[in-house]
Amino acid sequence: MSERLDVMKTYKLLIKGQFLRSESGRTYEVSDAVGGFLANAARASRKDVREAVVAARGAQASWWESSAYLKGQILYRWAEMAESRRRDLADLVQRAWGIGEDEALEDVNAAIDRLVWYAGWTDKIAQVYGGANPVAGPYFNFSVPRPCGVVAAIAPSNGSLQGWVDVVAAPLCAGNTVVAVASHEHPLAAFALAELTATADVPPGVLNLLTGDLAELAETLARHEDVDGLDLTGAGEFATAMAEWSADSITRTYRPHPGDDPTRRLRSFIETTTVWHTMGY
Amino acid sequence: MRVPSVERRPSFADEVQLRRALDHLSGVDAVGVTHRVAKLATRSLKTSTKSRAIDLALSMIDLTTLEGSDTPGRVASLCAKARRPDPEDPTTPAAAAVCVYPDLVADARRHLEGSSVAVASVATAFPSGRAPLSVKLADVGAAVEAGADEIDMVIDRGAFLSGRLGQVFDEIEAVKAECRGAHLKVILETGELVTLDNVKRASWLAMWAGADFIKTSTGKVSVNATPTVGLVMLEAVRDFAEETGSLVGVKMAGGIRTTKDALRYLVLINETVGSRWLSPDLFRFGASSLMNDLLMQRTKQRLGAYVRPERFSGD
Repeated sequence: MSERLDVMKTYKLLIKGQFLRSESGRTYEVSDAVGGFLANAARASRKDVREAVVAARGAQASWWESSAYLKGQILYRWAEMAESRRRDLADLVQRAWGIGEDEALEDVNAAIDRLVWYAGWTDKIAQVYGGANPVAGPYFNFSVPRPCGVVAAIAPSNGSLQGWVDVVAAPLCAGNTVVAVASHEHPLAAFALAELTATADVPPGVLNLLTGDLAELAETLARHEDVDGLDLTGAGEFATAMAEWSADSITRTYRPHPGDDPTRRLRSFIETTTVWHTMGY
Repeated sequence: MRVPSVERRPSFADEVQLRRALDHLSGVDAVGVTHRVAKLATRSLKTSTKSRAIDLALSMIDLTTLEGSDTPGRVASLCAKARRPDPEDPTTPAAAAVCVYPDLVADARRHLEGSSVAVASVATAFPSGRAPLSVKLADVGAAVEAGADEIDMVIDRGAFLSGRLGQVFDEIEAVKAECRGAHLKVILETGELVTLDNVKRASWLAMWAGADFIKTSTGKVSVNATPTVGLVMLEAVRDFAEETGSLVGVKMAGGIRTTKDALRYLVLINETVGSRWLSPDLFRFGASSLMNDLLMQRTKQRLGAYVRPERFSGD
């Protein structure tokens, strides 16, 4: 019997619930910790950014309007799917980083736990960050947190799965939709986790994931008017430039500080609407 | 039957002659047409060519609102948009026309006074065309009376499909006379004509009967303008021009929403009938949402950044 050939996977983009090649047709090689070939991944172009933003915009209103309970259930479901694939995810993390199995599993576990934590946040944001405000007059006054809209999230370049969950799940649980750019060097585990959204009832377009070269995508993403929030966690050398580009269209930006309270990211992608209403009658 | 108004358009003594003339048209090679359309769709326009094509497409738009819920206010905002599609950039070309139902023509006329934008009106019991001829003519007359520069009529598809070609021909002629100088666009409703051969025959019939434009669709049936049908109609127009010397326009209507689609049609025109037709005098898009997509692309070219749809007024 002849020797079996490995079936190598090409990692595609996730746009509007579909796994697509880059519009440009390009791919790049992803290597493991010692420089060996791991897989081919799609190298997204500016037009892929445009398509992803259109998809995210299209999905945003209905994602936000779905009940907090449902959003929580969906994110929790995603964690459930990930739980049953822990070993596969850990394997990808392990090969990418060249670390031990236990250490890899630790990152995966932390990522899944974070996902559950964010799932829990969906129905608490309004209570914690909203409120009924005392005012001097015969009025009710409410502060209601609302999502920014479409958030572009640059995943940490070290490829930490937990870090990736943070940048995508924080805006998602507040009712934003997300266009995420995975780490250029270590996109595989993030992509494998994102693939699970297809079986977790995450509506198409709510989470879109691009892989590729940030140098090529940064300006398009940051200057895109229809991007309302920008998480610069993994933007590295481009962070300042991206923040400047995004200022043209008044985009909320988040840059992590050492010792950040994890809710700071959550709060960064919330707008507060204040409503006045007359009392009585 | 009266003699066709344009010189060198043939006249037909009776329906038998008309039918014979239509039967003499060669059949449409559907596979070839599909292939050619697919091939031309791979052409890509870039940079300055793209910018010019976007401006050209904008100038070819018949900005259309044909809903039962249309109000004078909606027509007013549509007219304002047609005159100046992008208030932030006065170099943006105006639309070719605003297309409304006959009862709103007077409103549109008033709002478009002093601009280059024409008023077009659908008539002849649009969209089904199911009314007695006298009613259709009254419909046309009212629209012209109210100030319409262009009339979009529908053909009687029932008559065409059941072979009463003379009736279709006579109706177009009668409407043409009622137009009193207003440009006549004849809607073939290609989505209901079943075959490309029928599209070709209907195109020739309409042109012989005096159409200034042939138009694909009402936008009210499930199948609207397609590039395939567009190519067949453009070829008919080309052959008609060669045979008779008169230039007939083409209007693609319904379902064209993106800049990419619009630019593909421009390529199709250039490769089929030539650049003479790359003008609002001889080619139109019947659309409403297309305009915003063109404006978004135009602004993208200008600013270098993708823009949000909210930048432009909704329709």
